[in-house]
Amino acid sequence: MILSLILLVPLAGAALVLLLPERGRIPAWIALLDSLFTFVCTLHLPAHFVSGRGGFQFEENVLWLSHPRISYHLGVDGLSLWLVVLVGLLAPVGVLASWKSIQKNTKAFYSLFLLQQTAMVGVFVSLDLMLYYGFWELSLIPIAILTAMFGRNLNESSAMKAALRFFLYTFIPSAPLLVALLWLYAHTGSFDYTALQAAIASGSLPSWQLGWVSVAFLLAFAVKVPVLGLHGWLADTFSEAPVAIAMIAAGKLGLYSLIRFHVELFPALAREAAPWMIGLAVIGILYGAMLALVQRDFWKLLAYATLSSLSFCTLGIYGFTLSGMNGALLQTVNEGLIGAALFLMLGVLFDGARSCQIADFGGAAHRAPRLAALFVIASLAMIGLPLLNGFVGEFLVLSGTFTGVSKGWATAAALGVILSAAYMLRLIQKIFLGEAETNSPRIRDLSWQETCTVAALAGIMLAMGVMPTIWISTMEPALQSVTQKILTVDQSPVSTASGTVASASTGEPR
Amino acid sequence: MNDPMLFLPLIPLLPFLGFLLNGLLGSRLPKALVSAIALVFPLASFALVARAAWMVHAGLALPVVEHDAPAWIVSGAMHIGFGLALDQLTLVMLLVITGVGFLIHLYSVGYMEHETGYWRYFAYLNLFLFFMTTLVLAANFLLMFVGWEGVGLASYLLIGFYIDRKSAGDAGKKAFVVNRVGDFGFLIAIFLLLGNFGTLNFSEIAAHLAAPAGLSGGTITLICLCLLLGATGKSAQIPLYIWLPDAMEGPTPVSALIHAATMVTAGVYMIARAHALFDLSPTALMVVAVIGAATAFFAATVAMVQTDIKRVLAYSTISQLGYMFLACGVGAYSAAVFHLMTHAFFKALLFLAAGSVIHGLSGEQDMRRMGGLRKEMPVTFWTMTAAVLAISGFFPFAGFFSKDAILAAAFHQGAVGKALWTVGLITALMTSFYMFRLWYLTFMGKSRTESRHAHESPWIMLTPLMILAALSVSGGWVGMDRFGAFLAPVTGTPANAGDAHVELMLSVLAVLVAAAGWFVAHSIYGRSGSQSMTESLASPRRVLENKYWVDELYVACVVRPIEWIARYVLGWIGELVLVRGSAWLMAGIAGLCGEWLRRWQSGNLRSYAAWLAAAAAVLLIFVLAGTLLGVGGFAQTISWAVR
Amino acid sequence: MNTTVPAEWYLILSAALFTLGVVGFLIKRSLISIFMSIELMLNAVNLSFVTFAHEWHAVKGQIFVFFVMMVAAAEAAVGLAIIISIFRARGTLTVDQIDLMKL
Repeated sequence: MILSLILLVPLAGAALVLLLPERGRIPAWIALLDSLFTFVCTLHLPAHFVSGRGGFQFEENVLWLSHPRISYHLGVDGLSLWLVVLVGLLAPVGVLASWKSIQKNTKAFYSLFLLQQTAMVGVFVSLDLMLYYGFWELSLIPIAILTAMFGRNLNESSAMKAALRFFLYTFIPSAPLLVALLWLYAHTGSFDYTALQAAIASGSLPSWQLGWVSVAFLLAFAVKVPVLGLHGWLADTFSEAPVAIAMIAAGKLGLYSLIRFHVELFPALAREAAPWMIGLAVIGILYGAMLALVQRDFWKLLAYATLSSLSFCTLGIYGFTLSGMNGALLQTVNEGLIGAALFLMLGVLFDGARSCQIADFGGAAHRAPRLAALFVIASLAMIGLPLLNGFVGEFLVLSGTFTGVSKGWATAAALGVILSAAYMLRLIQKIFLGEAETNSPRIRDLSWQETCTVAALAGIMLAMGVMPTIWISTMEPALQSVTQKILTVDQSPVSTASGTVASASTGEPR
Repeated sequence: MNDPMLFLPLIPLLPFLGFLLNGLLGSRLPKALVSAIALVFPLASFALVARAAWMVHAGLALPVVEHDAPAWIVSGAMHIGFGLALDQLTLVMLLVITGVGFLIHLYSVGYMEHETGYWRYFAYLNLFLFFMTTLVLAANFLLMFVGWEGVGLASYLLIGFYIDRKSAGDAGKKAFVVNRVGDFGFLIAIFLLLGNFGTLNFSEIAAHLAAPAGLSGGTITLICLCLLLGATGKSAQIPLYIWLPDAMEGPTPVSALIHAATMVTAGVYMIARAHALFDLSPTALMVVAVIGAATAFFAATVAMVQTDIKRVLAYSTISQLGYMFLACGVGAYSAAVFHLMTHAFFKALLFLAAGSVIHGLSGEQDMRRMGGLRKEMPVTFWTMTAAVLAISGFFPFAGFFSKDAILAAAFHQGAVGKALWTVGLITALMTSFYMFRLWYLTFMGKSRTESRHAHESPWIMLTPLMILAALSVSGGWVGMDRFGAFLAPVTGTPANAGDAHVELMLSVLAVLVAAAGWFVAHSIYGRSGSQSMTESLASPRRVLENKYWVDELYVACVVRPIEWIARYVLGWIGELVLVRGSAWLMAGIAGLCGEWLRRWQSGNLRSYAAWLAAAAAVLLIFVLAGTLLGVGGFAQTISWAVR
Repeated sequence: MNTTVPAEWYLILSAALFTLGVVGFLIKRSLISIFMSIELMLNAVNLSFVTFAHEWHAVKGQIFVFFVMMVAAAEAAVGLAIIISIFRARGTLTVDQIDLMKL
């Protein structure tokens, strides 16, 4: 029942926001209390999660429609556990980030924001593919609407364009996804995740069409990550969307879906896609990092930096080593936390100066010491300083790739570590150091709520950097079964010959 | 407290506590309390280290203690813990770090008194001690990497301490990014070790190496070279030394602690720590030695013409670190560590004395505007003199013993060793020259600025100077033999092919060379007391003053191409043409289709109806025809028609 | 026996009426005439429903006729209202001139 509760509380909050009058800060307070309550509910999951046990936990399975056979089937395993908690955590952060910047139309904003939260949790916990698809589509709509309505820049048409671009980029690949889902249903008579998994593994489905089905799945998720080449929406959405929306737009939904509904569902086909995905990921790491190096607009810089760090996740996932998978999933959570902190702080800078041009800033550390200190910490986490969370994720991904997949790709990816330091330090220097620029008098420091929020995020980053075993140990069994599946379908063990970590972890003397 | 499990983690954690206290609350605390916090924790750390040293000295405790309790990163078969280990090498490093570190903290209380970010400064300094002690205490490569990156962070923060100065920000960024290039090498080495040994613990790797079955020499060399790349970054060697001269933008005590005494020696420590690997790869050792000798020589040439007092010392540091690399390269790890220790004493002293001069002259760093400070700053003058004699290698100052040990070790390494020894000797000549040049320009002659109110520094700054001066004089008296014997359990006993007569000859030669350097400096700067360098050497001088244009070379060959590729190749071709272009292409295709389909939408109701009726008629005929032909119903007709 | 009209005759009448409706729909320009043609088609369909219901002794068809008649009545009400408002707005009921949807 806890999963239904987590799904329903934000939904009820959204309804409540719509019903109550838009006076003062009523919608914001409702949204804050509601999201805090949801967060507490999500904390129930890790507290009662039995980490040694395989399979799904907190399962709920009710038949919803008998024809077509769609069930309300929810469940959580090590793969989705922390992502649900992450979404729960980011919701109050998003509300606080919008506290000052969203003043008009708050009813519409907060109700859609809470709806978005329901949709995202739904994506992570659905085990029925049709239910999943519903939540997936639902998760795209509020982002587009809120970007269009609450575009951050003064120029209204650019917000509309960004919203449209996001919508088209994410919606068009959803159509083949739906067709692929229906094809699967037509051949198996089920939308249930485990049933489909078994059916695909049995090899009874026509393989040629199955290949196209898996490509449709891959494409829909890769756009949402985004993977290099499909990132056309990212920079615009980051520039235009309100902070609370931009911080949840990229990364986790797509990456989770890649692991769950591409790698785990189509292990054999994922193997075939792997070389391409690894290549795209490594090039994406360097491509994003190099572009971030020369951006003049800090939202765009953050967008390319995000592309770069999300590519680490893709690299880890398609390396199929246990370390890489662990690192990728950890890095997904990291990216959510770090991105949220950076977005919140850059949003404060933007609201103060009404500019996102890096050149308009300078010497902000004097006026905003707390902001500067926390920004440096978040940046350090992003560039992978040891003892902060970013390092653990990157290290696991890189070491998994290096020892289990390819030394060349891993070395190339590690070059991104140098570039990331260069662009983040450049950003810090231009904004916070040096002599004060004209805009800086309008910059304010973080308010106490914001300070507490970001400091809490920074505390989590430190905790995840020092004690990552807490997170990894719950993720690992689920990911181990994924890598196991990949290895067992593997007919020609070519690339795992050097995979010491992968084979050692699965106990197979390959 | 006898249990090492308890006190080892405390050595780094105490300064970390100081960092937390000052970092979180420092802005609201009174200055006296901030300095008290900043001093107490390093002192406590030093006390613990001293206690451990006394225990080792008294033979009470086991010399090697390994403490491998809490897990850090566990994934599959990989298990990396927060393991700490204390052995002789670590002990020497810890004594230097916490001892010199504490003295520099003390000095800073006086030096930084009037700065606005007082609390911030001490928080960073304590953070540095935390990471540096972690670096040397780590029992595995990854934890060492934590300290390695962490000291880089502390260095970045402290170089950029004067946040208003653009040059400080630039220098900090440069230091961090260049170090990251080295860290990249270190990281690759870690992956290689993990891939080949499945562990990162020093002791387990050493055990593997004792029986190196199935490991190709190429792999070992590759690992060593990757480690070396990391070491050249942190220890400012060719090709990654370029950040250190710029790092002088930081406050002077920082230059003394981080960029002279401790952090920059981390590379030497790392090579000594990983010597089991390096010993298996003569190629890598040769590269280490050549890089060391080349850096020592090259940096010394640049140091001869610098006019900024701190830049002279910076290039001198690079040069002395080159000596340590040279020692490592010829397998004389204990000599390298010996020089590391004595260098920490006299170079910290040089920087602190220079800081005292700068402090006394209210921020003046250009030696051309100094001179004659001997009378106004007597304590600074005498302590500086001790340091100059020590670094130049005069008997019986500390530098003599360690430099002598290095040169002797090089001399015994065959023909290549002889060549390296020659380079080392010439470098010693130049070292002596530029140090005495600095000494003459700063303290001798007459003042070269009109209005100035030089004053001697307060006692809190002079006390560390005097302690370090005593160490610079006496630090080498322990002698290479006994020091080497102490370190032998870690670094092994160096092959000592020395003949007493040859050794003595070499020592005398080294002292003579140092005296020659003094003589040259005296003949140029001692008489005139001005900067009149012989004008005939104008063109080599220009090369040296511009530091061989290496910075410009890096900018032109690395930074600009990357920016160019990012801006034009990726930004235009990648983003505009491929990503945006493909989206526009698809939008265009969709638009064209729409344009074509739009013609059907005439808006004429009756034409729509006509289409509808016609289509219905066609379907009807189709079905009827199917029935007449005997194919069957609608669905069958369709499948029949398709077939 | 001979008094019953064969079912085919009804169906032929129905088809003729339906074709008349279709042709009327296509060639008439007045909106009112087009509307009447639609009614004609509906009634043609109703006639065939009744025919089949009678032929196969199934009551469903007759029920369906009532259903169609109700819908037709509702449609007539709504449709006439629309026609009146179009006439007020445009001053004409010629379909060729009512092409607002055309881009």
